[in-house]
Amino acid sequence: MSLLPHGVTDVMLASGGAPIDLNHPGHYVHWGVIQISVANLIVIAVMIVLFALAIFLPFPKGRGRR
Amino acid sequence: MTAPAVSRTWTGAIRARAVRELPPEQMLPDRQPVYVASWIYVFGVLTLAAFLVVLVSGGVLALKGPQWWHRSSTGHFVNSLHLWSVELFMAFMVIHLWGKFFMAAWRGRRAMTWVTGAVCFLGSIGTAFTGYLVQSNLDSQWISTQAKDGLNAAGIGAFFNVLDFGQMLMWHIVLLPLVVGFVVCIHIVQVRRRGVVPPMEIDPRDAIPEEVTS
Amino acid sequence: MTAETQKWAGRTREYDLVKEFVIALLVVSVLTVALAALFSSPDEKQITISTWSRHAPNDFVLTAATELDGTSGTATYGAPYTHTADAAQKIGPVSLQHIAGVTHPVDTVTDFVITPLTGVPADSALTTALGQWQGAGTSQRQRWASSYDDALAKVTDNDPAKVPPGDYGPVPVMLNRLLTMAQSGGLDGALLAQKQFFATDYTKPLLFIADGSYLEDRARAQHLGGDQWGMMNETGNYPGQAWLWLYTFWYQVKPFSTSPNADALVWGLMALLSLALVLVPFIPGVRSIPRWVPVHRLIWRDYYRGMRPPDGYLSASDVARPVQVSRRPIGGQVHDDDAGADAGRDREHDDGEAAGASGYGGRSV
Ligand code: HEM
Repeated sequence: MSLLPHGVTDVMLASGGAPIDLNHPGHYVHWGVIQISVANLIVIAVMIVLFALAIFLPFPKGRGRR
Repeated sequence: MTAPAVSRTWTGAIRARAVRELPPEQMLPDRQPVYVASWIYVFGVLTLAAFLVVLVSGGVLALKGPQWWHRSSTGHFVNSLHLWSVELFMAFMVIHLWGKFFMAAWRGRRAMTWVTGAVCFLGSIGTAFTGYLVQSNLDSQWISTQAKDGLNAAGIGAFFNVLDFGQMLMWHIVLLPLVVGFVVCIHIVQVRRRGVVPPMEIDPRDAIPEEVTS
Repeated sequence: MTAETQKWAGRTREYDLVKEFVIALLVVSVLTVALAALFSSPDEKQITISTWSRHAPNDFVLTAATELDGTSGTATYGAPYTHTADAAQKIGPVSLQHIAGVTHPVDTVTDFVITPLTGVPADSALTTALGQWQGAGTSQRQRWASSYDDALAKVTDNDPAKVPPGDYGPVPVMLNRLLTMAQSGGLDGALLAQKQFFATDYTKPLLFIADGSYLEDRARAQHLGGDQWGMMNETGNYPGQAWLWLYTFWYQVKPFSTSPNADALVWGLMALLSLALVLVPFIPGVRSIPRWVPVHRLIWRDYYRGMRPPDGYLSASDVARPVQVSRRPIGGQVHDDDAGADAGRDREHDDGEAAGASGYGGRSV
């Protein structure tokens, strides 16, 4: 398709030589009515993991109890 | 309770009020109740820190104007800083929201803390949205032409025109950050004024905040 | 005393808020720089009317034909662009879209086609065509434009070259010149210049572009379509506005996915839900969820573990009833307007369960 080369060259400029180039066509998960990009899914998963860690990891015991 | 000396000047009145409402040891305490011992408490501060990084990286983009980052690789990097700090900001904020929800942190006259926090969340969504509109690339063309339908259907599009780059740029870099920044300030002052919310059932040895009289 | 003076009178420990903030700022800064350096950011180049008309000339001409015969998305949009009757979306009987009015009037025939063409210099065929158009009555113009639009829509690839002869009046010449103008970049400028030299308002060119299918094809290829949950997505493999998940969700399910009033309905619903989020502390039931879900037991586990009935003879459920020590005046009018007081009341309701779950009850002293 004629659109593609056009988009692709723009994208090459845009990536600015990042070590991990995310300017490839995205990946998507379809699950019934739900469609989500893998990138968003990773972000949400990381948030849930952070939340769980925040809750389960012991917090350093403070000094100076009164 | 001793009434503060009444000053006849406006200045004096404001000072007296500020000192009364925002005593320094309450604004910047160096001790916290023993129950403040969880990593979940760190997410409010992480959100605040990310907000500052968003403001600074956005400020650099503003210094050079909206076209800069499309042409310069330094500019592109600053744009990347702005984008990723926003992703961090939103992620930290939502984790913070989850935490505060499960702690029912609105108890004990702290409802305003929750309300201002939730307004920060909605305001940040609006700010991020206008940010996507002013990228001036394919993404913003598509987002603006799609979003106009929702806004128009709600009657908002009549005066908030997402197809007007100039208007959206002003909202994104001036109006909305001011509003969000202001509400964040109220939110944090509110947290300090009320003190950190106590656990749901507390040790009888610890006085119950509602009942503490001075 | 005032509520502001309420202070924790129990055990405390040292906690350095400023140090915590400085470390947080450092951590977030480092994370941001690392993410930016690793992943950069997307910048899929904008399209212009010029790129559109060069990459998809047939789509451009077909779109222009719909602007001219008044059948394009913009021409039939309703408020805030046109006065089209019954086009505005409604929530029940109410149409906020209609009430807000036509604040950005667009006349697709004049604004998108005729005015730009009158700026084209020294083209006698075009001058004749425009003269013929201006001289004709409204219904004649409509007939020409409609029959050309219909003919275009029927031929393979909507190719103007394949349109059979017909009574199209000046329309083919006008659209042909509009295409030339568009391809040269002139139309991009003309749509802005209708206002002034300094332009920041892209309403007209964006509406024109969005009436075609080129922009949409590009967007759908990036999975940005509304029915692709596109609002959450970013171009390429980047995370997007994941926080729009709920807003996006409604558009995928009935009744919204099939309703002509989807936008109005979803916006109405989201306005309500946003209000509910803000007012969570005041909503009975919702504000009690955290009592039922024992996440707070984990968050404050150290504290609960250290808890002990003060005297051996108090039972666990007594201990869990902080209201016992309440000196709240009978009648409880204190803070009654405040969610805090309600939380206190909830606590009374939940006493038994809370004590059972609290874990300290079983510990003998
Ligand atoms: C711009 C976004 C926000 C910033 C910068 C921010 C910042 C903070 C900070 C620094 C604290 C104290 C530390 C902590 O407990 O984590 C706090 C507390 C709190 N935040 Fe936020 N917050 C934001 C958004 C929100 C949102 C979206 C909500 C919920 C809807 C929320 C609800 C609360 C509540 C209820 C407290 C009080 C906690 C207590 O008394 O223990 N905040 N916030």
